[in-house]
Parts: sequence; C-alpha cells; structure tokens
Amino acid sequence: MSELIRAEDLSVRFKARGGATARAVDGVELTVRKGEIVALVGESGCGKTSLARSLLGLVQPAQGSIRFEGEPLPTTSKGLKAYRRQAQLVLQDPTGALNPRHSVYEAVAEGLRIHKVPGDERELVADALSRAGLRPPERYFLAFPHELSGGQRQRVVIAGALALQPKLLIADEPVASLDASVRGEILALLLKLRQDLGLAALVVTHDLGLAWNIADRVAVMYLGRLVEVGPVEEVLTAPKHPYTQALLSVLSETEEPIVLSGEPPDPTRIPGGCRFHPRCQVVAAGLPEEMERRCRTQDVPILTSGEQTQVACHVATARATTG
Amino acid sequence: MSALLELRDLTIDYRSRRGLVPAVRGVNLTLEAGQTLGMAGESGCGKSTLAMSVLRLLPKTAVIGGEVLLDGEDVRTMSFGRLRAVRWAGASVVFQGAMHALNPVLRIGDQLAEPITLHGGAGAKSNSPADVQRAVGELLERVGLPRRHAKAYPHELSGGQKQRVMIAMALACGPRLVIADEPTTALDVMVQAQVLKLLGELVSESGIGLMMISHDLSVLAQTCQRLAVMYAGRMVELGPSAQVMHQPAHPYSKALAAAFPTVGDPASRMAPQGLPGDPPDPTNLPGGCPFHPRCPVSTVECESTDVLLRQADPEHQAACVRVPENVTETAGEPV
Repeated sequence: MSELIRAEDLSVRFKARGGATARAVDGVELTVRKGEIVALVGESGCGKTSLARSLLGLVQPAQGSIRFEGEPLPTTSKGLKAYRRQAQLVLQDPTGALNPRHSVYEAVAEGLRIHKVPGDERELVADALSRAGLRPPERYFLAFPHELSGGQRQRVVIAGALALQPKLLIADEPVASLDASVRGEILALLLKLRQDLGLAALVVTHDLGLAWNIADRVAVMYLGRLVEVGPVEEVLTAPKHPYTQALLSVLSETEEPIVLSGEPPDPTRIPGGCRFHPRCQVVAAGLPEEMERRCRTQDVPILTSGEQTQVACHVATARATTG
Repeated sequence: MSALLELRDLTIDYRSRRGLVPAVRGVNLTLEAGQTLGMAGESGCGKSTLAMSVLRLLPKTAVIGGEVLLDGEDVRTMSFGRLRAVRWAGASVVFQGAMHALNPVLRIGDQLAEPITLHGGAGAKSNSPADVQRAVGELLERVGLPRRHAKAYPHELSGGQKQRVMIAMALACGPRLVIADEPTTALDVMVQAQVLKLLGELVSESGIGLMMISHDLSVLAQTCQRLAVMYAGRMVELGPSAQVMHQPAHPYSKALAAAFPTVGDPASRMAPQGLPGDPPDPTNLPGGCPFHPRCPVSTVECESTDVLLRQADPEHQAACVRVPENVTETAGEPV
C-alpha cells in the first residue's frame, strides 16, 4: 500500500502561561497509507488532537515535515484550502459542529460552495447523505439538527466531509459523545466508506475497543511521543510497552487492572529519560540497577513509521534482543 | 427489616403541552446496604429520571406514582423538613458532569464544608470551623486528594480530580445510599479506572449502597454486583453483572453488551456492532413489546404481546417472550 500522509519528526509547541513551552507533540513519525484506518490512542493531554490538527494544517508544526501523497503540505492559504478538500475533519460533538440554524442540506452543501465543486449541488448533497446512511436523502434535506438524533447528526457531519470526496478522514473521537447503540453504527459506516470509496482514516480516540473494532494499525501516544505502533492484532493482544499494557488491563475483566496513579504529566515539564518512567509500573516493581538508570536518564529513540510493531521502551527492547 | 431502597411500581410522567409523557413506566427494585447496582440504557430510557426521583429532585412537571421507600419511609410523602434531613445524610448523588456541578467561584473546601455545616456528619464533632475544616481534610484524603486542595478553585483541578471532589461531597454526611449518575462519562480510561476503583473501595469499606447509572455496560459490570437494563421506561433485564454482560437474556442487553467489544475477541474484530433505529418516542410507544421494531429476533407474537419481567434464572430476570414462562408470575413482585 502506498503512503497517503506522512509526518516526519513532527513537533508542535504552544506557549503556556508564565512563558513555559508546552511540547504537545514532541517528535512523532506517523504514516497513514491509502485506504488504511489508523487509530491514534492516548489519554487527554497526550497531544493526539494537536497531532491531528497539525496534519490538517490547522496548527503550524514547530519542527518536522508533513507530506501528503509525497508533496509537502502547502503553506499558502490557497494551497491549504485545496489540501483540506482532500483531508476532512470529523469532530467529537456533532451538536457543536453543526450550525443549529442551518438545515441538513445547507450543512452538507456549505463545503461544496466553499470549494466551488462543479456539478449539480442537489445531486451531490443527496449522494453524500445516502453514502452516510441517511436514506432517502430528500427526507433529511429540510431537517434541522435539533430534529435529529445524535447518531443522525454525526452522519450529517460525515456527509459534509464526504461531499468533497476526500482521500483522508481525520476523526477526533467520532463516537465518544454518542450512545452505546449508535456507536457501532457509526463505526460500521467508517468501515463501509473505506470499502466502497477506499477512504483512509486517522481516528483519534482514547477507546481501545474502537481500535479493535475498525483499525488496521494502532499508534499509542504518551506525552507527545508515540510509544508503541503496529498492527492492531499484535499491539492489542500482545502489548509490549508498559503503558499500552496498563491501558489494556483497565479494560479487561479477567486481568487484575494496572491502575496508573496520577494524571498524565504536564507537557511543559516532560520528565528526563524515558518520559513514562515516573508512572511506569515496571520501573516501580524494581529493575536491575543498570536498567533503571537507563530508564531514568536516557531518552528512548523515536519510533520510525515502518510496517512492523515498534515499541519505545528500554526494557522491552532489551528483552527482545536478549530473547 | 426494610431494605435500604425499595421502588414499588414506580411510574413517572412529565406534563407537557401535548399531555403526559411517560418516562418511567412501572419499575420494581430493591437495593440493600452494601449492594451495588448498575442501571444501563440509552439516553431517554428513563434511567436518570428514576434516579432523581429517589431524592425528589425532579422538576415540578413530573408526576410520580407508586412508592419510593428509603429505609421503609416513602420519599414522596415526606415533609420537606424530613426530606432535607434525608438528602445528603441519608442518600446523596454524584451528579453527571462534575466539570459543571462545582461552583467555579468558591474554593473546593468551602463547597465541601457546606453540607457538613448544614447537616453534620463525616466525623465533624461540631459545627465549629476548626472541626469542619478537619472533616473536609479527611474527606479529601479519603478520595485520594491531598488536603491542600481544599484551598483550590475548581478550575485548578483536572477532570478526574473534580470528579473525586464530587464523590467526596456525596460522602460528606455519611450517607447510606449513594447514587452516581454517569460518574465517569467525560473521563479518560485511566482516570475512569481510578474513579471506579475508588467507588468500589468506598462501598466495600463502609457498606453503603451504590446505584450507578451509565450507558456503558462494561463500566457498570466492573463496579456493580447486579445490573439493570432499562428500555423505554421499563426494566427489561435484571441480574448478576457477569450474567447480564455475558449471557444476556434480552436482545436489547445483548446489543448494548456487544457495542463495547472485548479487545482480543476475534468475533468483534473489524465488525463493530450497533443497534439500528432510534429509541421509541415516549408519547407514541409501539404496541406489543416496545423493543420489537428494533429487535433482531422479533416474531409476530412480539408485535402484540407486551412482556413484563420473567424469571430466567433464580437471580436473573428478563422481559422477553423468549424467556420461558414456566415459573409462576413473579414479574410484578419486587426483587
């Protein structure tokens, strides 16, 4: 599969209060291939949304590059506008994303008008709505968001994105605000779009079950870095990084959950050494002195965006090499 | 001895311009001290309405029928003075969305002190400021927060910390029943695990009864001994958590359970499962079983037969025609 979008050594920084710099994204390599669904998983504040926004050109990276189909992301506003037709964003809360005074037709047609898409507008809107599972589309044209259920609203948002025939969908927690019964329906829609249109997706989420449901690959993010990347079957059934292991254990009913204490640390004060070591259950359980010193003092190399499973952990790497 | 909480044939309707809208349509339920019960269902199924009725927190438009017994005393007919005494001290609520339930311009300590000063409790010997301060500090420690957070304002705390403050507040007056309405919905997996662990510990330590509401069956199954599933204002399944989660007797519970996949289960890989259709309009419920239009296994019988809870196992009930009606009518009995 060929590459669709690729981030190389990407960093995003924000000025925090008191002059400190928050390193929201701190050296990330990530690839989404054509027709591939990648789940980007992590806690709030780990930088996953900043990463997604930078891929859309909504925030300027401080360092590193983004390539879409081999070309660097445009920097002019005209270029970015054209780029955003190819890469569309779907947000968490469809109620907030839709204008309450715009009908469904207006909401879907807005993008078409902005991008001056040629063709019959009515037909394009109807087509997008029915692809998003709102059938028959004409029935929804004049409906307002408040008349629709949460799941239907999210379908309208997705239809708005589909109308522009993008190649990549970046979905930020697309089902987090929806009811349990609707969740599966929306996820099934994303899978169907991939199958019918070859649409690639980067799904930003804190929900590992979602990754298991629809993603080909998963990237686990912690404090601005990817800590484990690989095919879903490998990463989620045999996690190697202690953080991934902890995330999975709190979902499992059979395993004793590894509940990490504390909140995700502050991106303005990233700990030295491996950035996970202050919360790491493997370090806390005790390691040989030499190993522990490495965890505390030596930074872990950045994962490259290859095909195989990769893990950013001194202990896991040492165990893998010694067998 | 009467149960900690008992609902007898509880019905709640909301008055609206179009007439009465039924939200809860006949629920029977018992919760003993030290027990944990999870209530699951989609938005609009009546689970929050039911929970709020326990402390008479519903708006004036709500019309309540049946009985809500707290320690054998009917909350519906209590005098307002008695009700005030029962709120906080007898039973308390951890409200949905802790982010918005705290007053942004008051310090955490002052907000925690308010119920203690008004109702007493949490080991405060008197209403003197020093005793109340001590009690506030102890409460914060009990939910795993440092004492100094009493001086903090809500915006200085993270979501998980605020949720802990809400739990501390619910515990402030030493209640015997705690109702938690979606206590972890807006939280991250790891913080959610912390909060659930805390709730579980508090229940087992102090023997309080806990009723927890969520749309996420897997969250409830982790914390609660029993699970109740609601649909269109009725309980459609009630039983031990593991059974409801893994061998659901009602097709609706089955759909809810499947919505949150088990990571590693090959059946759910690349196969997200949802439930087509929307919950029914409460003013216009379908005839027969209210679930039949969305039910994947409905039969002709379902279109005309409305089923109440039937005994599937000694401790497990479900309202579905597929559950054989062999045992004598236990459906209407409190459980």
